[in-house]
This record gives sequence, structure tokens and C-alpha cells, in this order.
Amino acid sequence: MANSDCIVIQGSNMAECHPVAYQWVTEAKLRGATVIHVDPRFTRTSATADQHVPIRVGSDIVFLGALIRHVLENELYFREYVVAYTNAATLIGEDFRDTEDLDGIFSGYDPTTGAYDLRTWAYAEADARPDGVAGTDSVGGDDGVGEAGPPEHGAAKADRSAGDEHGAGGPALEHAQVLRDETLQHPRCVLQILRRHYARYTPELVERLCGISQADFDAVAAAITSNSGRERTTCFAYAVGWTQHSLGAQYIRTAAILQLLLGNMGRPGGGIMALRGHASIQGSTDIPTLFNLLPGYLPMPVAGTHDTLQDYLAAISSPAQKGFWTLAPAYVASLMKAYWGDAATAENDWAYDYLPRLTGSHNTYATAMAMLEDEVEGYFLFGQNPAVGSAHGHLQRMAMSHLKWLVVRDLNLIESATYWKDAPEIATGELATEQIGTEVFFLPAASHAEKDGSFTQTQRLLQWHHQAVRPPDQARSDLHFMHELGRKIRAKLAGSHDPRDRPILDLTWDYPQDGHGEPSAAAVLAEINGFQCSGPAAGTPLSSFTEMRDDGSTSGGCWIYTGVFAGGVNLAARRTPDAEQSWVAPEWGWAWPMNRRILYNRASAAPDGTPWSERKAYVWWDPQAGRWTGHDVPDFPVETGPDYRPEPGVGGPAGLAGDDPFVMQADGKGWLFAPSGMVDGPLPTHYEAQESPVENVLYDQQASPARLVYPRPDNLSAPSAGERGAGVYPFVFTTYRLTEHHTAGGMSRWLPYLAELQPEFFCEVSPELAQLRGLTNGGWATIVSPRGAIEARVLVTERMTALTVNGRTVHQIGLPYHWGVGGTGAVVAGDGANDLLGITLDPNVAIQESKVASCDIVEGRRPRGPALVALVRDYQTRAGLTAMTGNELRPELRPEMRLEGS
Amino acid sequence: MSLWRNQLSGPTDPARDAGWVDPPPRQGFFTDTSICIGCKACEVACKEWNQLPMDRLGMTGASYDNSIGLGASTWRHVAFVEQTTERIAAARESGRALIALGMPGLRPGAMDLAAAESAALAALATGTLPDFRWLIASDVCKHCTHAACLDVCPTGSLFRSEFGTVVVQDEICNGCGYCVAACPFGVIERREDAGAGTISGVASAGSSGRAATSAPTGIAAKCTLCYDRLHVGAPPACAQACPTTSIQFGDLDLMRRRATERVEALHAKGFTEARLYGADPNDGIGGTGSIFLLLDEPEVYGLPPDPVVTTHDLPDIFRKAGYAGLTMLVGAALSFLGRRDS
Repeated sequence: MANSDCIVIQGSNMAECHPVAYQWVTEAKLRGATVIHVDPRFTRTSATADQHVPIRVGSDIVFLGALIRHVLENELYFREYVVAYTNAATLIGEDFRDTEDLDGIFSGYDPTTGAYDLRTWAYAEADARPDGVAGTDSVGGDDGVGEAGPPEHGAAKADRSAGDEHGAGGPALEHAQVLRDETLQHPRCVLQILRRHYARYTPELVERLCGISQADFDAVAAAITSNSGRERTTCFAYAVGWTQHSLGAQYIRTAAILQLLLGNMGRPGGGIMALRGHASIQGSTDIPTLFNLLPGYLPMPVAGTHDTLQDYLAAISSPAQKGFWTLAPAYVASLMKAYWGDAATAENDWAYDYLPRLTGSHNTYATAMAMLEDEVEGYFLFGQNPAVGSAHGHLQRMAMSHLKWLVVRDLNLIESATYWKDAPEIATGELATEQIGTEVFFLPAASHAEKDGSFTQTQRLLQWHHQAVRPPDQARSDLHFMHELGRKIRAKLAGSHDPRDRPILDLTWDYPQDGHGEPSAAAVLAEINGFQCSGPAAGTPLSSFTEMRDDGSTSGGCWIYTGVFAGGVNLAARRTPDAEQSWVAPEWGWAWPMNRRILYNRASAAPDGTPWSERKAYVWWDPQAGRWTGHDVPDFPVETGPDYRPEPGVGGPAGLAGDDPFVMQADGKGWLFAPSGMVDGPLPTHYEAQESPVENVLYDQQASPARLVYPRPDNLSAPSAGERGAGVYPFVFTTYRLTEHHTAGGMSRWLPYLAELQPEFFCEVSPELAQLRGLTNGGWATIVSPRGAIEARVLVTERMTALTVNGRTVHQIGLPYHWGVGGTGAVVAGDGANDLLGITLDPNVAIQESKVASCDIVEGRRPRGPALVALVRDYQTRAGLTAMTGNELRPELRPEMRLEGS
Repeated sequence: MSLWRNQLSGPTDPARDAGWVDPPPRQGFFTDTSICIGCKACEVACKEWNQLPMDRLGMTGASYDNSIGLGASTWRHVAFVEQTTERIAAARESGRALIALGMPGLRPGAMDLAAAESAALAALATGTLPDFRWLIASDVCKHCTHAACLDVCPTGSLFRSEFGTVVVQDEICNGCGYCVAACPFGVIERREDAGAGTISGVASAGSSGRAATSAPTGIAAKCTLCYDRLHVGAPPACAQACPTTSIQFGDLDLMRRRATERVEALHAKGFTEARLYGADPNDGIGGTGSIFLLLDEPEVYGLPPDPVVTTHDLPDIFRKAGYAGLTMLVGAALSFLGRRDS
């Protein structure tokens, strides 16, 4: 980011939530970069930005879509980059229909399941080659090459949230034989589809739906286009302000399209920075804590679909597609060897049957709902405080009260550990301590300074931290806990002949320990890195994932991390000062994959292999040496020259042409149009949030037709604009973090120095809303949603702006979510903002819509005891809420659309 | 008399004046508020390193500022000031007037006023003059060249370090409070209690940590510019923690130079509201060891516009007291003479 000429921060309050990373924005700014902050609130990020653009929460796709239209209509895209490196020229099949054709849905929508069949979004088949296609450089027939698994139905994918299973690249395509029109004129080429799709996303629409003036829009459009191209690059940064929506993944897709059109991917100072919320959240998706992923973005197998290893591997990639996903059999075999060692053999398909299978969506919210049905007996919480930090706190606490046992590992006695005696529901009478049968175990955890380990941050950089002090008293690291738990379970199972115990008994579980019983974290990292497990070099650490084999001769716990322990040295622990190395700083920590600092950096050079410009030179082709070289590790087969063109039908890394920089994508190109992988549409389309005071003026389809809804009496939604009762919850609220606190407060509300800086839960309101509702600065307000009612101190500030949207005033309320009721020993406490949120999820990644919802706000403190429940019920009654309110995915289908959509 | 003058006003090397032989270069801060993000890491790092107690607990309702100001237990304080267009325009205009006077003053003529003005007009025309801004600034002890707190301290608790900084020692302080009244910035304060209680309505507050119970009371306290850290070559805790280099630390000459370059760079972009504070050795305190780049008039941040060391008039007072004494002596002698005459 320090090398950017323009930085657009949207969906993120980077200065407040990522203050350390913000040093690079500051550095760019000091070098002369323009910094733009697009955000509903004027935050500490806005304070240091050159321009703040207030936006209505939930309308980002309109704004970004209009920027895409601006770039297309004014021919401002980086044409050479777009033609060569993206799928702009690729033709889509004839069966595809856009939302513009079907009033808000794409072809393939099934109203009975609320999910898409993705088949009509596919690339045009070579044998259906139409007339008039010019310049198709890779057209080929069906050579009988291997096939990917059968196209998966959106419903099945949504059920296990498959969209994020290809975090490092694209999902499978059957082959890389596509039709292209490099003149970009064919009506079915991606660029023309894109042009039609965003034709109505005009600056006028931005003004109408986002509340952004045309002058502000023009300024942003001018900034990003004048700072993109050969000589300059623009960077986007986002965080959960984009992801936590019922179509959050599509927000990011919109930015990806824009950045590809502007030629800002794979180049220094370009890209899209996904700012992760915790020190190692990136690490927790790489080595996942997610129900549907295995390490390195390998999917978790699904019962009935991936019953054999062959089924499973075919679903990951086809041997005929391009790029490095075709080596998945080696990654999988090595992972199995890391899990089960000698018990993983060629005969038993590397113990594939030891792996658990998914039987449905086991996301965190589905799990909480299953607890309410008494389908879940026990729950481990590692640094997680769902009573405060998860959407719909009431439902979370009620769910935990159904558990038989609960293990809480945290630094402090957080609210989720003490809910059985001091949850808000005890005060209202909805729960009674003597009626909760949950046995709660609290096990104090060691903090990061009290243990060795690694953090993987936003830039995929692994940074090692060393233990500074021993943890106090009985506090232990998570690693110690898991290792001990495994040992104890294995001891209990010892001697068992039950086949179901084999996966646990056969685990490799022999980590060296220090004198305090602490397993060596470095040994775990070495196991993740991988090693040769047979032959003369047995035991030698692998130095690259390309050394992994599918014959059982290599072991490695996460293929993308291979190389971090190359030569037996912990490269994550490197801390060479910047003054002693190149500006790319390759000797600070270690970045996956292969210590590469910018992904897809082949795109930093022109198709002929020369840098786009001297100023932005990064990786280039050295014709003398016959190799890619430069400041970073080239993200390309290092000896594949720019002019190389594979024979038709060649797959894998050898199938990459010299101008296919997106080496993880099945066709080697950046995807403006996503023919697979996204379950809610190949192109981002604006829909309103689950709860919105604004009608979707683009289509009759108000909200995303593929969002995951949970119509339940304990998860009611507010009516949206135009529906009866919408006026009962007239305001929009959004939730967020402050610099002074950390998420649900377990690491900050217990610390006096942090607690005193933001001691009380507050709501931020504009002077206009304060006047409307009689709120006074420093006074109290009660905020009511269909899920609950909470009280907050009032902060009246001009940093909050009332926006004029679609002809009416929209008031937005800001709610930081760091406080909770209960817990033991916290310096400060307060009501939890997440108690107001409901559960509606993005179908790709099962993330909750917590950045936008509807509420009312009134002056004064909330009622105590049962009167609080009565207040919430009174609102529900007045709004006429039922379980189906707001939860109809495709209401009021017009007859002609029924025909088209079927 | 010349000795007094050197110590109480005008440019000087305070460490040498204090009797240090061959001291290291004077050390100080440059706080660039134009890149401060208000994370308060400086406040927290300062409290952690210096083991200060929690100060007070309660929302002020004054933007994001809940620690109010510098005091005995808050040695770095981040101010938050919300402003609308009229005030921004006024700040820009007052800064333009300062530039017209030749400010920042270290290199007169380095700034092309006409260029700044045209840049400012361009900013206005392109709509980059914002309709709202949020000033954020981290305040700290100024470590004055002529430090009144030190001059009035009767116990020697306050002393001038070899780094040119002003340090207070709580083992020696007797709590007289003279320094509190003497400081023109209201920085130093007597600690009256060992830490805040809890706010009403919080059920189970109480874990206030070790620092809250060990802080001495009844003594004066302020920033020591991390005297203990400077001794081992480490930067002050606040500067080390600052993620954006808004707080820089080093040789004061270097800090002055960087401050001047930065303010000129901002002026060249049309930000005529930018100005330096404490960088002029000819001001009422002989310049500070903590230089600030501000984006509005000092009063906006709670800083005195023209601070003068409160002991500034001491030589004059002594001189006048001396004349008065002499006059009295002469008068007395005369009266004796007169008596003899009579």
C-alpha cells in the first residue's frame, strides 16, 4: 500500500481497526498518494483521508457498479491488460440470462430452493462456436480430456457454503478451452455482458440509492482512473464492512472487477487488501477453523457426493484445466500423511475415509440453532465470546443454555462463561440459573506474549512470536490444551478395536514438549511445512509445494505454507530491518506461497514480459537468462516465456500460456465474470439488505434471492420499505469496532488502560436524528430491533450524516459492539449491540448480515426485568411481524417471469 | 544579570546551563497532528511503561476524548476536535496570515505564499476543502527551554536532564504544588488519588490491576520523556508505540528540521492552516522540547497561544526588589544621618 498512488478504503475503518497496518497508508500519503474513505460514518480513517464520501450502509454495489460503468462507458479501462489478462474477451454460453433480463435474478434460479443452478453461467463451449468470432487464440474441440466433477447445484453448495473453498484461486472448470473475441465486440463476450449489466448504474442512481452527490462520485472516479494505468496504481482496502452483508462476497467481487478493469491486480501499489479482523484470522482460514475447509483451501468432503478420494479430487480440479490446482492430489496426499503418517497408505487412499464428512451446513449460526433443538451436546469456545460478539446475542445465550457442557478457554471470565448466572435473560426471567443444566468449564488461556507461535496477517505474512514470559498460574496455551486433550482421549481409547476410533488412534501426535509440558510450536510449523517421508532424503524439510507428491512420499500439513521451514530454518522468525534489504523486504517473516509478497505478479509486466513502466517495475522476463526475475518471487512457472502457448488439451502449470498471470484460475485469467464459484450470481448486482428502509429501484427483487434466511419466531426481521409495519423500525443501524477495544471486549474491557479510554457503550447519532427523537449528548437512549432492546449513552456528532435517499431522509445510527452484560472482573460493562441483530447469511460464506439492520431509537433508559421483553413484543406486534416477514426470497413473481425463470 | 537572562528566556542550551558538562544533543518530540489517527496507543504505552494508574472512568460526551487532558496520571493525551467548514476556512485563513508574516520562521522565504494561495483556491474549486474535519492531536509535556516548574521547585525533585528534558522524581517531591501553578501549559499536576473508582451502573468492576494500587499520591507528576529509556538508548514509549510516525523522537535540531519540512510540504499542497507550535526559540519559553504541527490555532487544541515562562519577570522583580531594598537602606541611613544632625 505504501507504493499506491491512490488508496480507496471502503467497508473498512482502517485507521481505527488496523492502526498498525495504517502506517503504510500514512507512508503512501506522505509520498503524495490520494486517500479516499467511503463510509457511512466520518471516522478516524476519514480524519486523515483526503476525501470522505458518506454512503448509505448496504449500497456499496451501486457505488462500485457505477464506477465500473464509468470506466467502461468512457473507455478508461487498461485495454491491453484487460484483453490479455482477464476473461473480458471470453464468451459466455447462450443460455445465460442477466438480472437485467429477468428483473433481478440470473438464469438458473430455482424459487423452490432459493438457489441457483450454475450451469447456464458457464463459458461457451468450443463446439458451439458461433460465426463472427475473431481472434480466438485457444479454441479447441473436446479432446476427451479429464472432466471436473458434475456441475454442482447452488443449493448443495449453499448448504455447505462452498464459495470460500477456493480462497487461493478459482474453482474447477472442465477444461481451459474457451472461445475468445479479443476485439471485445461479441455480444456474449464478458466485457459486453458487463457493460449491459451495469448500464443503469449511473451517477444519478448513486445519488438516489447511496446518498452520494454526483460531485463526490466524480471526484472518486477521477482519482481512481487518473491513478491507474502503466505508470500508476490504485489500491482498495476493505474489511468486514463489505463482508458482513447478505451479499458480502459480491461486494468484494465488484471491487475485483473494477481493479481488473483498471489493471491494478498483481502490481505494486495495486490490489485489494482484505483487512483481517484479528492478528491471525488469515491464518485461521489458511489452517482453517471453518467447518467446510481443510488446510490450504482444500474443501471438506461432503457425504454422498465425495464418497471416494477420486470423487473428491475431481471436484477440486480437472487435470485439463490450467494452473496449480491440478496438483491437488499431491496436496491432499501430503496432508493425509501429515495427519496419519504410516497409517495413510496407497491401499487405503491415504486414509481418506478417516476424514469427517459434511452432512449439511455446520456454520456457527446453524450450530447455535441446532443447540436450541438439543442436537448439540458440547461446545468449545477458544477466544470466542458469542454471548457478546456474535449476531443475535439472545439466541446465542439461549442456545448455550441447552448444552450439556461448555468449555471456555479465555484470558478472563467472559460473558459466555458466566451467562448461566448473569445473562440479560436471567434479569428478564427468560432463563433461570437453577434450570440451566450446562456444566461450564473455564480454563484460563495464555496470551500471545506467553507462548511461541505464528500470526498470519492480511498480506499472508507469517510472523513468529517468541514467548516473553511464562503464563501465570494455570493458564496454558491453546496448543498445550489441544495436545493434552488429544493425549487423554487417545489414552481412553487405547486398545479399542472399534474402527471408528482408528482416525484418532492413528493420528500423528508426538510433538516434543518442554519441561512445562508445552508442545513445541516450531515442531508444529515444521510439520505443516512438510518433509520427505520416504527414500534416502526421508526427514528432509520440503522447500516448495512443487516438491509434494501424490505417491505418499511426502508429508505436509498445508501446501501453501510449504517453504516456511525450508532447510529446517523457521523463516517466519526472520526480522531483517528494512534498511538492510530490498524495498520488497523478502527477509521479514515469510509470505505464503513461496515467500511471494504480491500474488499474480506476472501481471506487473506487459504481455511481452517487459515492465508496464519503470516506475511500477516489479517482475519481468529476462530474455538472456530465459527466466522471470525481479524484485519479488515470480508468481509464474519461472521458465515459461511470455510467448509460450501450450498445445490444446494440456492442463496444469504446463497449460498456462505465457500471458496467463492468474495461475490459480482454471483458465489463467482474472475473472470479471465468475462462471462458477459464486452461488449467488456470476456478476454482482445490487440488492437491498434483509432489512432496509429503501426500495430497490433497480428490480422488483428487493433483497438477494439466494441469501440464507432462517424464518423462526426467535429470529424475526423488520419489514422493508413498502411493506406494512416498516415505519415501526424506521432507522438504519450499523455495528463496528473502536480502536480502544477488541471485538467482544475479552481482551480490553478487563484492562484499565483500555477500558478508561472508551468506558461506556454509546450510540452515535446525527444532530438531526437527535432533534427528531429528543436525544441529548451524554444522555441515554433505548434502541429497539425485532430481536431485542438495549440502552446506550448518546453521542451526538456531525460525523454522522442524515442522507437523502430515494427522496426521503435516511437516518443511520452507529453502535460499537464491545460491551456486554455479565462476566466477572470486567472494568466496564454495558449492553451488547449484537443483541439487536438477526441471523441472515451470505450464501457463499455463511457470514451474517451485521453491518445493516433496522431499528427504532427513543430517549431514555430501557425497562428492567420482564418489562424489557414486553417492550420488544409490543414493537413486534405493532409491526405485525411473523416468521416470514422479510424472509420471502422471491415474493410476488410475475407470471411472465415465472416462465422465463423456470 | 546576564546569567539570569540566559536562563530565563531566549535561545540557549538548557542542559549546559544546568551544569552538564559535554551533554548529548538535546532530545525532543515532533508531534505531527496531520497524520495522527487518534489510536491513543501513546496514552496506553505511556501508562504501561510508567505504571500509571487508571485516571477516570466515564464517558465525557466530548467526541472520543474520555481522558480530558494531561494530568498526574495521563502524560500523553489525545485531543479530538470536530469542526465544520466555517472553522476550517477560518483556520486556513489564520494560517495564511501567519505565512504572510514569514512563519514558520526558521527559513523565511522558503514558502511561496502565492503558490500556497493558488493551491488553496484550487482545493476550494475542486471541492477538496472538506465540509467537516476531525482534528486529532496527541499532547505531552513541552520540556520547555526555560521551564518554570523546574525553576520554582524548592526540593530539587524537578531537574534538567543531560538530554535537555525536564524530569520529576516522585521520591523527592514533597507535594508543595508550586510547579503546578508555575507551568504555563497546565501540564504538571499533583496526584490526589491512586486511581479512579468505577462508574455507577457497572456491576462487577474492580480489576484495576497492579498499577492502580502502587501509584504514589500527593506528589507532582508529569512526562519524564522516558528518562529511564533514554539512558539505554530506547525511544520514549509513546514514540515507539505510534503506528503512523505522528510522534517522532530524536535530536531536537532534527525534529525542528523535519517539522519545518513537513509544514512547508503541507503549505505547498494548499493546507495553509498547518503551522508549528513550540518551534521558535525566541518565544516566551525559549522554544519547547516538544514541537507540534497543528492544523488550527493552538487554543482550539487547548494550548496557550503565546506561552510565557512564569519566571520570565523574575530578574525584573529581583532588580526592582533590589532597588527597593537599596532605597530603603539609603532611606534608613539618611534617617540615621538626619538624627545625628539633629
